[in-house]
Amino acid sequence: MAIRTDTLPKQEVKLSKEEILRYSRHLIMPEVGLDGQLKLRQAKVLMIGTGGLGAPLGLYLAAAGVGHLGLVDFDVVDFTNLQRQVTFSTSDVGKPKTEAAKARLSALNPAIEIEAFETRLTSENALELFRDFDIIVDGTDNFPTRYLVNDACVLLGKPNVYGSIFRFEGQATVFAYPGGPCYRCLYPEPPPPGLVPSCAEGGVLGVLPGIVGAIQAMETIKLILGIGEPLVGRLLLFDALSMRFRELKLHKNPACPACGPNRTINKLIDYEEFCGIRGEEAPAVTNGIPEITAREVKARLDHGDDLFILDVREPHEYQICNLNGKLIPLGELPRRVHELDSSREMVVHCRSGKRSADAIQFLQKAGFKKLWNLKGGVLAWADEVDPSMPKY
Amino acid sequence: MAVKVLIPTPLRQFTGKQPSIECNPGTVGEALGALTSSYAELRKHLYTDDGKIRSFVNVYLNDEDIRFLEKEKTRTKDGDTISIVPSIAGGSVRGSRG
Repeated sequence: MAIRTDTLPKQEVKLSKEEILRYSRHLIMPEVGLDGQLKLRQAKVLMIGTGGLGAPLGLYLAAAGVGHLGLVDFDVVDFTNLQRQVTFSTSDVGKPKTEAAKARLSALNPAIEIEAFETRLTSENALELFRDFDIIVDGTDNFPTRYLVNDACVLLGKPNVYGSIFRFEGQATVFAYPGGPCYRCLYPEPPPPGLVPSCAEGGVLGVLPGIVGAIQAMETIKLILGIGEPLVGRLLLFDALSMRFRELKLHKNPACPACGPNRTINKLIDYEEFCGIRGEEAPAVTNGIPEITAREVKARLDHGDDLFILDVREPHEYQICNLNGKLIPLGELPRRVHELDSSREMVVHCRSGKRSADAIQFLQKAGFKKLWNLKGGVLAWADEVDPSMPKY
Repeated sequence: MAVKVLIPTPLRQFTGKQPSIECNPGTVGEALGALTSSYAELRKHLYTDDGKIRSFVNVYLNDEDIRFLEKEKTRTKDGDTISIVPSIAGGSVRGSRG
C-alpha cells in the first residue's frame, strides 16, 4: 500500500541527498544537526587575506559547507608562500591568490558560492564589501589593515574573528562581538614603524598559521551555529615552541575610541597615516646615508679598489648567501664596533637595505666617515650582478 | 617574592633570547624596572620617552590586564606571572623589511 504523503507532517527538505551524505558527520551530531547545517549553508563569511591564516580557514569553511565565502586579497602566489599557504599548489605560482584559492575551494566543495575580490582592502571599499557578510575573518599581515578591519566591523556591528602570528607565537580572539571588546580596546595604537621587527626577526614556522587559522575557522563555525562559548573577552595565546596555550582576559575599554560610549571614530580613517607609514613599506631613511648600487660595487671590486664589505645580517642568513663580507649582526654592532677599521672605505649591506641603513647611522655616530649602503642589499646583488645567488 | 616575567618572542632579541626572568618585586612596575635595568635595550620598546607603557604593549598580571587593576602600582605576590603581550600583525608574513 502506498504511503499517503499528504497526511504526513509537512517537512521542508532543504538539503539534497548529496549534501546529506557530504555533511553526514555534522548531521549526526546533535550540536549541529540539520538545522546547524542549514545555518552554515546560509552563512556569509568574508575572509580578509588568503595567505597563511586564510589557507586552513578557507579549506575548513568550504569543507564545512559555509554557503557564501568572500575572499579579499590583491596578492599573487609566489614560491615563498608555498611553505605554509596550503591552499596553493606549485602550479599556482604567478596567479592571483583569490583566483587560485577560489579554484581550490570550489574543487573541494562545488556547491558553495565563492566570491573573489581581487583588491586591496581600503577605507573606501571596506564598508561596502563587509555589508553583505555576517562574519569577517581577519587573516591579514599588517597593522593598517587590522585597524581598518576592526573599525569597519565595529561601525557595522559585525564580529571580527581575529588571528595573528609571529615566528612561533599566535594570538586569537573574537572582536566586535555584541557587548565584547574590539581590537582598539586591546591595543589603542599600533607600534611605530621603527619598532616593528625587521626581517632579521621575521619568518614563521609553516604549521603555526595552520593552527591559528584553524582556530579562527572553529570560532567562525561556532558563531554561525551559536554553540559553545565564543572566544569573546578572552585572548588566546599560543606558543608553539613550548606547546602551550594561555588565555588572558580582555575587557571592553570604556575609553575606547572605536567602541566606547564617547567614541571618536565615526567613520573610516587613513590607516596608513594612523600607523605612521605610507605605502606598503616604510621607505628606508636615505637622508645622509650614501648609497651605492650592486653594479658599482662589483665594478670597483673588479678594478681592484680596497672596499671592505660589512654584512649586518644574522649568521643563518649569511649561510644562505653572502658576499664574503665580514659578518657582524646589527644587534651586535655596538659592542663589536672596535673590530672595524674606520680608515677603510666600507660597503655595508643586509638583505634589502634597511638594517644596513640603521648600521650606517650608528657607525656615523661612532665617527666612521667612508661608508656606503649597498642599495637593495643582497637581493639587488642577485638581480644585478650574480643571478646564481639564491634569494630569500 | 618570586615573580616570573614572560618575555614575548618579538622582544627576546633584547633579552639575550631569554624567554623569562625571575625577580622579587613588590609591584608590576618594579618587576618591569628590574627587567629593563637588566636589559636596557628593552626599555624603549616598553616605554615611551616620557616613561609610559607603550600603547601597543599590554602587561598582564596572571590573566588580568593591569590597565584594569592598578596599572604599574598593582601589587605582586609570590608565584605570580607577569606577561608582556605586544601586538603582532602577521598572518602570512610578507612585510619583511631590511
